[in-house]
Amino acid sequence: MAKERKALGQRDPVLTMSHVEKTFRGNIVALKDMNLDVNEGDFISLLGPSGCGKSTALRLIASLMQPTSGGIRWAGGQSNDDLGVVFQEPTLMPWARVAENVWLPFRLRGKSYGEVKDDVLEALKLVGLEKFQRAFPRELSGGMKMRVSIARALVTKPRLILMDEPFAALDEITRHKLNNDLLELRERVGCTVIFVTHSVFESVFLSDRIVVMAARPGRVIRELEVDAPYPRGEEFRTSAEYAAYCRQASEALHEAMGEPA
Amino acid sequence: MSIAEDGGPVIHPELDAEEAQRARTERILKIARWTLPSLVMVLTILAWHLYVTLWEIPHYILPGPGLVAQKMVEDWDLLWPAMLKTGRLTILALLLAVMGGVGLAVAFTQSKWAEMSFFPYAVILQVTPVVAVAPLIQIYVENAFVAALLCAWIVAFFPILSNTTIGLKSADHNLSDLFTIYGATKWQRLRYLSAPSALPFFLGGLKIAGGLALIGAVVAEFVIGRAGTGLGLASTLLEASYRFNFGRLYAALILISVMGVAIFALMSTISYLALYRWHESALKRE
Repeated sequence: MAKERKALGQRDPVLTMSHVEKTFRGNIVALKDMNLDVNEGDFISLLGPSGCGKSTALRLIASLMQPTSGGIRWAGGQSNDDLGVVFQEPTLMPWARVAENVWLPFRLRGKSYGEVKDDVLEALKLVGLEKFQRAFPRELSGGMKMRVSIARALVTKPRLILMDEPFAALDEITRHKLNNDLLELRERVGCTVIFVTHSVFESVFLSDRIVVMAARPGRVIRELEVDAPYPRGEEFRTSAEYAAYCRQASEALHEAMGEPA
Repeated sequence: MSIAEDGGPVIHPELDAEEAQRARTERILKIARWTLPSLVMVLTILAWHLYVTLWEIPHYILPGPGLVAQKMVEDWDLLWPAMLKTGRLTILALLLAVMGGVGLAVAFTQSKWAEMSFFPYAVILQVTPVVAVAPLIQIYVENAFVAALLCAWIVAFFPILSNTTIGLKSADHNLSDLFTIYGATKWQRLRYLSAPSALPFFLGGLKIAGGLALIGAVVAEFVIGRAGTGLGLASTLLEASYRFNFGRLYAALILISVMGVAIFALMSTISYLALYRWHESALKRE
């Protein structure tokens, strides 16, 4: 089911942000002149300190707010099918069973459970939770809740998935595991992802492109390509290549924070 | 209750000393939860009986428990229909309070204009003592039952309105954003997000409103029943006090308390059944 992913530079565009700015209360510049081309199959990390506008960028892409100036253009126009979102919290409905939570995006489009049951179960299978479809969220661990949240974002096979620091609240071991699983998942479904994080290691491990951002005002200061082949696993995590990319990203981040590397 | 990602812990058949001690304490507490209040009740009735007999208190000052029990049996044909009447009044007032409170809460959360315009008047209705308003209602509303219903409704509807309004506004912000992203309609948002989020709040309001509906019904009967339209238990109680029939008065009083406890138990059960699967308030901690 996975589409063949083209090499960086040859991918079809999904979304273009050009000269996007967002100002709050007239004088607080949350995002200044952001330009970004998102292409099919990209795994892009927005990496930066708090206040650098990375979450603002996500909210703008999700049309949860409108830019003060500049434009966000979807190739071929936008519809509700184009987005999946994963927040920092699992954001599940506590009163609904796991399968009902994953059904939600379809349900809001007026599809009955019967119509989309196969898709729901397939998404749960992708995150390894098909046995828990009848459980309530409170019966699951933090990592499992996050998997449900990911299944819900995947279930409609959206053109773009936005992830806003999804693993930041999890413990290191669970986070490690979910990073591996997320990449494996991406190999299987071929999704396009924008991933917000403030972890250098996470961004290097996951992404093929890292957009480093700085705060006050929030802006993009550098874009790095992580030109290492997928699938990536433990051997990548321990390679010299990985260490070199981490150093590059760290240096860029230090620059973003206004400190010498 | 959390399910470990790879199998749960191994359970040993024999408990260690600390766990055995805890289990013992729990067993004792479980028994004491019922026996202690029962014991208090028995002792109170006994003390009451001894006080009345030893000091030879006249029955028109304080009737003994025996006399109250006797009246309860003798006057059952009078008390039971009165209790049904008060019960019907209370339940009906509560149902109308639920409809009015939830309806207004939904209207308020759907339209800020409606909330700004009418919420202050809901508060005024609530803070004005019903005892003060009841005589007026009696004048303007001819049907005594409808007048009493109105009194009980005024008292009961506010906690439902205020709790449900807060509940409808308390949906998780990220979930709300998710609904926006997926293009949810106003109706879908209300049905799938706001309403379930409001449920625990609504049920909290319902528990309070159940008790208040009974209080409202009793107050209404006190005020409106006086006009000679004998209504329910409260009218019976008042009438018994005029006749110095204190045995019947106490019997009526006990039945009112029993109704209050029954309503509370019913509301708690409804609340538990609606929430026990998912809401923190209904979960047992391990």
